Amino acid sequence: MIRTAAAILRKDLAIELRTKESVPAMTLFTVVVFVLFHFGLDRDSLDGELASGVLWVTLLLAAVIGVSRLFATEREQGGLDGLLLAPVDRTALWLAKATALFLYLTVLELVAVPAFAVLMLGPDLLPALPVLIPVLLLANVGLAAIGALVSALAVETRARELIVPLLLLPLVVPLLIASASVTEPVLRGSQQAEDLGRWLGLLSLYDVVFVLIAIAVFDFLLDD
Amino acid sequence: MKTPALELNSLARRYGDRVALVDVTVRLERGQTLAVLGANGAGKTTLLRVVAGLLRPHAGQARVLGSALPEEAWAMRGRVGYLGHDPLLYRELTGRENLRYHARLHGVALERVDRQLVAVGLERRGDEPVRDLSKGMVQRLAVARATLHDPQLLLLDEPRANLDPAATDALEPLIGRSSGRARVLVTHDVEGGLAEADVALGLRGGEQAFCRPAREVDITTARGLYS
Amino acid sequence: MYSKGLKPVSIATVVVVAIWLAMVFFYAPLDADQGFVQKIFYVHVPLAIVALCGFVAGGIFGLLHLRSRDRSYDMKSYVAIHMSIIFGCVVLITGAIWAKAAWGHWWVWDEPVLVSFLVVFLLYCVYYPLRFSIEDPDRQARYSSVFAIAAGAFVPINFAAVRMAESFTHPRVLSQTGGSMPGEMRLTFFVGILAVTLLFVTLWKFEMTSKNASMQLKRLRRRLEATA
Repeated sequence: MIRTAAAILRKDLAIELRTKESVPAMTLFTVVVFVLFHFGLDRDSLDGELASGVLWVTLLLAAVIGVSRLFATEREQGGLDGLLLAPVDRTALWLAKATALFLYLTVLELVAVPAFAVLMLGPDLLPALPVLIPVLLLANVGLAAIGALVSALAVETRARELIVPLLLLPLVVPLLIASASVTEPVLRGSQQAEDLGRWLGLLSLYDVVFVLIAIAVFDFLLDD
Repeated sequence: MKTPALELNSLARRYGDRVALVDVTVRLERGQTLAVLGANGAGKTTLLRVVAGLLRPHAGQARVLGSALPEEAWAMRGRVGYLGHDPLLYRELTGRENLRYHARLHGVALERVDRQLVAVGLERRGDEPVRDLSKGMVQRLAVARATLHDPQLLLLDEPRANLDPAATDALEPLIGRSSGRARVLVTHDVEGGLAEADVALGLRGGEQAFCRPAREVDITTARGLYS
Repeated sequence: MYSKGLKPVSIATVVVVAIWLAMVFFYAPLDADQGFVQKIFYVHVPLAIVALCGFVAGGIFGLLHLRSRDRSYDMKSYVAIHMSIIFGCVVLITGAIWAKAAWGHWWVWDEPVLVSFLVVFLLYCVYYPLRFSIEDPDRQARYSSVFAIAAGAFVPINFAAVRMAESFTHPRVLSQTGGSMPGEMRLTFFVGILAVTLLFVTLWKFEMTSKNASMQLKRLRRRLEATA
């Protein structure tokens, strides 16, 4: 199964590198939203809860774009049949798509977080990184797992662009709560993260539960 | 004695409330060709997709290369080649990359990819993105994809569409009678289909109009499916 | 087949609901701070609990549907979720009325259970557009079941997350839910849960019966047209 997932992932990354459709769009969107927030909030710099909130909400909205596009090539170019005809475990498709989304989100954050620090953040970013990085990675895992499932759910529906955000965003509320709560104090300049263990625990629980659910139900989405 | 390539018994498949296929019974031995005839919407493509394992039978039995569908679909997947209307190729990738992807999915050695490209006459265009290829070339590439894993059963939906006579001849050893593979051939070319088939199945509105040896089917009966 | 037992359940429901409402109006004590409006608590909370159980039940039916491929489970799942959404609307409305009476605002973010419920409600509202935008009936049922399972698992996690958030940032304002309650309140409350559960089951049976009947009618009609 891992080898199949690797083959699919390889194919997806090749296409993404060639068409550059998902990641640049997500990144550009993120920076634009930062600028919008600047004007909307009429603030030159943010810290603490406001900073945390703006950063995470923007990342989630960018994730929606990534999720919408995740199965685009399969849908538009009949790739799904090609996979279904092969003697492979179909859950490999979910794994490949989730890994791809995880990579896209990570690349996005490599650009977006520094951009955020430059454009909007009051306090220094560097001391916040030891907390921010693990939280981002854990959140990406959850987003990737759920995003791949939601994207597959929406692949056949007529109103895809509407369904994806409406499905994805409520489902990631716990993720948002945990991530924003943890990063809030470190973005205030105080380096102490309160209750880090508890929040990371919740994030991990969320990740584990939804990875398991996705693996359990994904096959049924492809089984006609 | 080898198991038949295909055994369908009262196969049925719905689409919601509508009937797509009902009471289809066919037997095809290894190496034989089944021609499937019928007007648009008669259920030909549905039949092909059921046999390919892409759709579950809703009633009746289906055995493909000895494996019962849907329980044993996993066993037959690597041995069936499907060439439908969609070439199943990614337009942004090159022909070679597409074939390599399918080779990895089917556990086929990557060297076969190069040999397949030569076999379909695309060895010089293999490194161009599929979107730059003409329809005929795409079809040839699709044939390469469908036969890459040396399937024992070929499912062909109008395989000669977009192909000029030279290309058709070139591909004959891969997907034609001389390939030695069992084939299910969906075609609108009634005479041509009957000429190269051993068994002919006529579908009308999802129902089986006839299923008998191709030489016993007269053209008028076959044509009658389209009225 | 769903109408079996419908009559006794309906009668039981009417009886218990009547007792319950009587208890709410006359038996339960009048709240010193909030007055009569506080009694909406006895309606709001049982409705919320039953609605959430309904969502989880929808997820369980969805799971059964996927495992057995029996479409009747999908219908059970759909009706359970459908009813829970309707109950959910009433929960949010009564919650708003209660909030206005207790704290002067139509909505409060301080009450984690209410907030969690809103998020869950918003998620399940997407069930309809998801379901009805898929044309193939078999696929529609399968995808709906997948959603029901994922959303059903989401309910407890969401409540845990919101509760954690609120208890860290705001002190728990409400001590009535889950706190110790005097005897009359507790009894009224439990009768309320029983009453609302019976109501849910009765309405569920009603809708299942009606859907079943219309499906059979459709089937007969189709058969008639086929032979004509």
